Amino acid sequence: MSNLTNLQCPLPQLDFDIITLGHGGGGLLTNRLLDKAIFELFDNEKLQTRHDGAVLSFGQKVAFSTDSFVISPVFFPGGNIGELAVNGTVNDVAMCGASPRYISLALIIEEGLPVTELWDILVHVKAAAEKAGVWIVTGDTKVVERGKGDKIFINTTGVGEMHPNADISTNNVKQGDKIIVSGNVATHGMAIMSVRKGLEFETSIESDTCNLNHTIGHLLDEFGSQIHLMRDPTRGGVASTLNEIARDTQLGIDIVQDAIPIDTRVDSACEILGLDPLYVANEGVFISFVDSSVADAYLKKLQSLEFGENSAIIGEVVADHPNKVVLTSKIGGKRVVNMQVGEQLPRIC
Amino acid sequence: MKYLTEYRDATEVQRHLEQINKIVTRPWTIMETCGGQTHGLVKNGILEMLPKEITMVHGPGCPVCVTPLELIDKAVHLAQNKDVILCSFGDMLRVPGSKKSLLQIKAEGADVRILYSPLEALNIAKENPNKEVVFFAVGFETTAPANALSVYQAKKSGITNYSILVSHVLVPPAMEAILNDKDNRIQGFLAAGHVLTIMGFEEYYPIIKKYKVPVVVTGFEPLDLVQGILMVVRQLEKGEYKLENQYSRVVQEEGNKKALETIKKVFEVSHRAWRGIGEIPYSGYKLRDKYSDYDAETKFKMDIGKVNENEICIAGDVLKGIKKPYQCPAFGKQCTPENPLGAPMVSSEGACAAYYHYTTF
Repeated sequence: MSNLTNLQCPLPQLDFDIITLGHGGGGLLTNRLLDKAIFELFDNEKLQTRHDGAVLSFGQKVAFSTDSFVISPVFFPGGNIGELAVNGTVNDVAMCGASPRYISLALIIEEGLPVTELWDILVHVKAAAEKAGVWIVTGDTKVVERGKGDKIFINTTGVGEMHPNADISTNNVKQGDKIIVSGNVATHGMAIMSVRKGLEFETSIESDTCNLNHTIGHLLDEFGSQIHLMRDPTRGGVASTLNEIARDTQLGIDIVQDAIPIDTRVDSACEILGLDPLYVANEGVFISFVDSSVADAYLKKLQSLEFGENSAIIGEVVADHPNKVVLTSKIGGKRVVNMQVGEQLPRIC
Repeated sequence: MKYLTEYRDATEVQRHLEQINKIVTRPWTIMETCGGQTHGLVKNGILEMLPKEITMVHGPGCPVCVTPLELIDKAVHLAQNKDVILCSFGDMLRVPGSKKSLLQIKAEGADVRILYSPLEALNIAKENPNKEVVFFAVGFETTAPANALSVYQAKKSGITNYSILVSHVLVPPAMEAILNDKDNRIQGFLAAGHVLTIMGFEEYYPIIKKYKVPVVVTGFEPLDLVQGILMVVRQLEKGEYKLENQYSRVVQEEGNKKALETIKKVFEVSHRAWRGIGEIPYSGYKLRDKYSDYDAETKFKMDIGKVNENEICIAGDVLKGIKKPYQCPAFGKQCTPENPLGAPMVSSEGACAAYYHYTTF
């Protein structure tokens, strides 16, 4: 669940209520918007140089990742596109075994977006960045004509310094590795689904978007290279991520349905809509492949950390059925879990 | 989840499987009529857990799979009309028409919307008085009441920009068609629990008597399925043929009277073509004359020409239970869920997709 809701930050005095094409034109209007809504809000020494880009220095290996956010609706139960855009990139950098330091923020705004909504989004960007401990050091603002966007699209790119103990790579995954999921699955996807036009249903499910970098930092401190791989199963869900790993490692993956943590409300919503939670998107969840010798200690540690209380061992890497993910169902039957094809579409009956 | 978790209990499932093992003395071929049951069997890995004597054959109860190609082409044709908002249940979108699927033309700019209920389509019609809203009314007896209700309410409240493209089919005539097929090998049925929730038992007694086949009304959870199979096997082993109700927590002898009344007001039984099987007499619904203004096929003049099925696809034999999906030369090769040649590879309830997704190891 988002920890950034109910943020209070007063809207600055601006002489416009909505974003117009002029705000992306690079002239006076752009400057007015950026001065108040960007430079003051995200104040830091790199940003204040107001140059075309930020100059950064690192003493070691760097991880680098980018992600674009086009979520609809932009405001959803448990958060908005602003914090999602920060957390998404922060987490991608963290999955590499790095500590995210700097991110860029590029906004593509649809003409007509109320300034109050933009402000709400930016305030959540700021709060998420502070929580994750990253600076926004460069960015861009464009405005597109009404109808050419969906309120706002955001791209963020992040860099981070590699943890000295980290050795995370698909090549390190080996037979016997335990697979650990850090929290309840399918929560984010179902929170979004609950407010999608035409599918609205009443629920108290909230997105689990959050920054995972601090949690991962603690795990790397203690377990270092015993962590063979980390991935965040966002779009396509746990099933698609595990399939990618099985394919890339040419090993088999066994998972146990009963072991996969899921919130009862999310499970029920999936049941009603005929969706398989294994294919539903996650945000605040990561999957670790760890050496079996440390699996229990790793799980215990993760359960004591922020966002890790519902973590569980859901399976292991096997030599049988290479390239395939096989699930033991609740009743003990076995079946293949395939990569998702297209979008999950609701069934007729 | 009440009434779900209890029916996913591993110990109980195991106990029922042991009982099937104990009583079975010879091979039996049983058909589960509903696609939801096929899905449940493969998704839970039940087929591999059954004794080797039991062969489950997957019936035609997948609405997406049996909707004729011609109707999909009509839906595509309608959606390409820029004055039309075409509404559909989700899994119809990926079914290939002879040229394109609804999903493809949606990407090309057609206004195609995924809904959970035709009543939502009626709301869209109210909100868009300058557009024609068409609901693709696909399904078995289960979706008929809501589809009928949408037309009934449209007429009652004077909404004229709403119509439905009807492709309603009925289970009992399909069961008879299968039993009459010269290649038939089905000896017992798991009847589709949700269909009988609406329709009741009445129309099944004559089939049981005429063809001397056991029919067990069965639910969709793992325990429902193994219990249903046990009940059929028990009858077969004793040489009995009668109707039994495994799904009594939901289904009642007389069905749902209110739903039946609504269906009867709006629909009448008619001949219907089934994809892969052909025309079956009196096997579907059409709108009564009184409601013909709400029939998209009457409202819009559509000449889509002759359509041909893919020649390699053996969907018809799969739907009749004569062949298993993996006996098709195209299965998993030219025909995959990303690029389906026939409808059973599209819907999660289709036998081919179920086999492709869950049993390819």
